[in-house]
Amino acid sequence: MSDRTEIESGAVAEALRRACDPAGANGQTAGTRAAAAAAHRFAERAAAEGAAEVSYAPVDSPFGTLLAAATRRGLVRLAFPEESIDSVLDRLARRLSPRIVEAPAQLDPVRRELEDYFAGRRRSFEVPLDWSLIGPFGRRVLHATAEIPYGGVLSYAEVASEAGSPRGSRAAGNALGSNPIPIVIPCHRVLRTGGALGGYGGGLERKRWLLELEGARIG
Amino acid sequence: MSDALPPFQRFLDGHRDIVWRFLLSTVGSAEAEDCFQETFMAALCAYPRLRADSNLRAWVLTIAHNKALDAHRGRARRALPMAEPAAVDTRAAAAPEDPRDETLWGAVGELPARQRSAVALRFLADLPHREIAAAIGCSEEAARRSLHEGLAKLRKVVPA
Repeated sequence: MSDRTEIESGAVAEALRRACDPAGANGQTAGTRAAAAAAHRFAERAAAEGAAEVSYAPVDSPFGTLLAAATRRGLVRLAFPEESIDSVLDRLARRLSPRIVEAPAQLDPVRRELEDYFAGRRRSFEVPLDWSLIGPFGRRVLHATAEIPYGGVLSYAEVASEAGSPRGSRAAGNALGSNPIPIVIPCHRVLRTGGALGGYGGGLERKRWLLELEGARIG
Repeated sequence: MSDALPPFQRFLDGHRDIVWRFLLSTVGSAEAEDCFQETFMAALCAYPRLRADSNLRAWVLTIAHNKALDAHRGRARRALPMAEPAAVDTRAAAAPEDPRDETLWGAVGELPARQRSAVALRFLADLPHREIAAAIGCSEEAARRSLHEGLAKLRKVVPA
């Protein structure tokens, strides 16, 4: 290789490489473990000090591992396990900020509230929400949705009407389908007129499971 | 997406090892942690202004090189007035298991800062000369020379 001088290929080079990474280059060496630990400390600190604008972490749930993301303002995204982490993070980087780090401690309150909710010990969420991924019409629809109490349901038409568009139940359905913070903004509490389940971004099985957890009366 | 910067965490995951190795070999383990934190904090602050097609590896190693220089200057200031900054002990730093490596670390620690960085960037970070030049802020030819001179000094302590 023209880039390498003769001196680079000798015993010095060997010794330098070995000295830096005594355990060898294969697998998890002490060096890579130390680097991973330092990176972890960095991410948590950057999030705690506000230098990072978005924090995310995996959160366990009966549906599998969810991805939760929060800004300084509050929870901004909750993704079901089927969504690829990379594409969720890529979209957050474009829409909000590329200053995104994995900082589980920042998501502790979200994790606790979800755990209590799934265990049937919590009926409403108190963590602050960041609505910035939601457009103006979606906000009206999801604000109306957020008012539906635990165990209650509304129809798409009723939610549309609450949102100020009495004839917009299809548009309301679309807004509900693109809810970036499902479960916490309870779009599962919106059904068809007459009680049929309608649709759900996370799949109808989960919608039914959530409604049963809450003891809602469904058709 | 090729036209957007990756989320910072992906950048951090992809470069933490190389930065850690570089700092371990240039400032030693006692200061590697602080320099690592400062390097990535500076990177995070500047990150959104970067172009998506930037050479992220050379960029972050440039920052790490500057933090390493700051650490050396700080040590020089704290040292006794007569002490040579270059004589600072980096041997304790890497805690080599092989006694031959101890001599080598001692010799790396005695290299002038630019040579030390050039050697570390070449062997620990595997950077080509062009990127070494970008990271330490000199011409490619000067980087090649620093590397060559640094290696020549090291060769004296390493039995062939």
